[in-house]
Amino acid sequence: MLAASYLATFVHEVEDLLERIESTTLELEARPNDPELIHQLFRAFHTLKGSAGVAGVGTIASFTHHVETAMDKVRGGAIALSPGLVSAVLESKDHVAALLEEALGNAACDHARGDAIVATLVALTGETAAAKPAETKPAPLPQPEPASVFEVQYLVTFTVTGDLTELDIDAAAYEAELAVLGTCEVLAPLPAWRAFVTTTRGENAVRDAFLFVHNHGELTVEAGLCMFVDDPEPAPAPVPVVEAAAPAPAPVPAATVAAPAPAAAAAPAARRTADSTVRVSSERLDQLVKLIGELVITQSRLEAAHLQRGLPELAGPVEAMDRLIADLRDGVLGLRMVPIGTMFTRFHRLVRDLTGELAKDVELITEGDDTELDKSVIDQLGDALVHILRNSLDHGLETPDVREAAGKRRTGTLRLSAAHEGTHVVITIADDGRGIDTAAVRRKAEEKGLIAPGEILSEQEALGLIMRPGFSTAAAVTQLSGRGVGMDVVKKTVEGLRGSLSLTSTVGAGTTIRLKLPLTLAIIDGLLVEIRGDRFIVPMAAVTENLELSAAERRSNNGRNLVAVRGEMVPYIRLRELFGLGDTHDALEKIVVVTVDGQRVGLVVDRVIGNHQTVIQPLGRFYRGVDLFSGTTILGDGRVAMILDLAGTTRSVGSAAPGPHGAS
Amino acid sequence: MTALVSYLIFKLGDEQFAIPVARVREVLDLTEITRVPTAPPYMRGVVNVRGSAIPVVDLRSKFGLPGTADTVNTRIVVLELELDGEPVVVGGLADSVHEVLELDPAQIVEPPRIAMRWRADMIDGLGKRGDQFLIVLDVGRVFASDATLLAGESN
Repeated sequence: MLAASYLATFVHEVEDLLERIESTTLELEARPNDPELIHQLFRAFHTLKGSAGVAGVGTIASFTHHVETAMDKVRGGAIALSPGLVSAVLESKDHVAALLEEALGNAACDHARGDAIVATLVALTGETAAAKPAETKPAPLPQPEPASVFEVQYLVTFTVTGDLTELDIDAAAYEAELAVLGTCEVLAPLPAWRAFVTTTRGENAVRDAFLFVHNHGELTVEAGLCMFVDDPEPAPAPVPVVEAAAPAPAPVPAATVAAPAPAAAAAPAARRTADSTVRVSSERLDQLVKLIGELVITQSRLEAAHLQRGLPELAGPVEAMDRLIADLRDGVLGLRMVPIGTMFTRFHRLVRDLTGELAKDVELITEGDDTELDKSVIDQLGDALVHILRNSLDHGLETPDVREAAGKRRTGTLRLSAAHEGTHVVITIADDGRGIDTAAVRRKAEEKGLIAPGEILSEQEALGLIMRPGFSTAAAVTQLSGRGVGMDVVKKTVEGLRGSLSLTSTVGAGTTIRLKLPLTLAIIDGLLVEIRGDRFIVPMAAVTENLELSAAERRSNNGRNLVAVRGEMVPYIRLRELFGLGDTHDALEKIVVVTVDGQRVGLVVDRVIGNHQTVIQPLGRFYRGVDLFSGTTILGDGRVAMILDLAGTTRSVGSAAPGPHGAS
Repeated sequence: MTALVSYLIFKLGDEQFAIPVARVREVLDLTEITRVPTAPPYMRGVVNVRGSAIPVVDLRSKFGLPGTADTVNTRIVVLELELDGEPVVVGGLADSVHEVLELDPAQIVEPPRIAMRWRADMIDGLGKRGDQFLIVLDVGRVFASDATLLAGESN
């Protein structure tokens, strides 16, 4: 199988490419004539073929070759991109994933399926050339196009044996020679010289550069990353890469290539991709986050010591460190955040496939794709969302004929949106299907013994029944859902993420499911305020303006907590009193005006300090009863600040302050 | 012969308490504790322990003892517990922390039923250190409950 060192790089690359292929294909379905997308798709298959060839996975290389050929024809305008072709491309993507699993020794792959896909592609594009689609065995390996050659990155080390000072070795001389071959990026100087050399000329050319010095030291040249380049230097011919992994030019029967082969080379981790991303395991990120935390507190101790001793020459560096560490922390924490759109992509595919299977016509609309959520939350949420979408497609949305009969558009709409809402991310899944018939839900629940016959339930309670374990409304158990694993699992997942789930439905008009998830690790913008020396964070998203509250103004409303905000009377809450920190007040206080549930409320604080990007840490079970705060955060100086839960804050005041309505 | 178990000994007033060392993550000097307004009085606040905000319980108040001012000897004992199946890290404020003591579990006697100052269901028993009694706490129980440790004050 694949050499372990190269394996990870290759697998990641293939996964990336497959993901890109899928999203591009789905976009293409919406905009079939976009030449840029077609080109991207072609490029992706092209790169895939190249990488597979280099890695010695002939099965992928030869299969991809057919898809690439088909895409090339589309690109050249010879044929149009038909829906059938789009499906075939998507199936190809799945097949490549299966081939990869097989190459990794995880699972056998159904090669007949690959042949069928190739046959479809050939039928759709009229590919004739070398491919004999119906035949099972030897598809010829890809020929690199004339315009492409392999560019290989080598890790070159040259270690001097003996005393450097006695030898006449000048690194500049061979470095210059290497630079002629391509690029030479020196990592370490003599006596243990190391560099990345990227060239199309092959390993021997690299070795030749050391012709005059190789007696004085040890030379190693390891081939790493290989890629096709489109506009090569005028190199004579494609250069075989690493001996073992050199399937490139010669047509080799796929079967033999697939078997034991490949690269003995330890690949340097460096990769170059279109958007130049790096994959890092989340354990390493977590470790980094932990270290940053320790760094922050160490810095705060350093600062405290500095304040005591006050060496003037330390002031600059300590201050700079403070700033750098704060930036570092924000940066590192931001690394865990990924846009939810990465997950939405796979839903487009899901909806596309399921609507075909169910003979329904559904349009999936996604909104807020760039809303960022912690990676681990997204990972855990995936299956729950798949389940909800399946439910909507299977039970909620009707077939076109039924929809038409009900006076609706034949095409159903499934809307998937994500948005920040205060300290939460809200994911909404709304369909315009038949809705949930609560009477049917009741009947079913009674049948299953979940409720007593005739039990009095509110509409909302009745809807909630579908989230009970073992509940399924599907009259017939379809293949898709209704297999007993139901909304109860979804609910559990969401609650496991400390989120909540709500469901609204109107018979005949559709169902909306709202998932509200806390930003456990998410970074939000906050306004840092001070009350009697303690720091608090007000979620910035809710802040509309800051005002000053003078003593005179305070008195003028006869003790009623109202303040005029541009002509409108807005109720305010004295946080000092609410927090039980005494009721003395300065002559001039600040009011932070926030919007909660569409109502403006003022929060009286001592001082507004400024913006603060903040990471929420949960308060945990010991503060369960406290609903004024949604969490805590560690400030740059190591102090802890509480993050205000605005809904909880306004609720807790309740009747004490005049309601927003009473204000007008 | 039973294996000895290590206990961390800390003091609240004149009373000495013992906690299994296995539950203790670290002992910290008193640092700035951030108040959490409207929390129960025995919840002193939260403290930053290397980047994590950890809740701090005022053990005096939690145990129903009269409050006292913090001193240079005041320590935060950081405990790693499992409450209702979930791992929880919590700090406990002690007047002073003394030593780690090895006790033979066989020597820990059941507390007397009557005339007992502390709630029997929250302590594992009484140990001895010289001629002084040690109250061996069932930390899981102590922190899982909202009640104080003093008998007769459970409500």
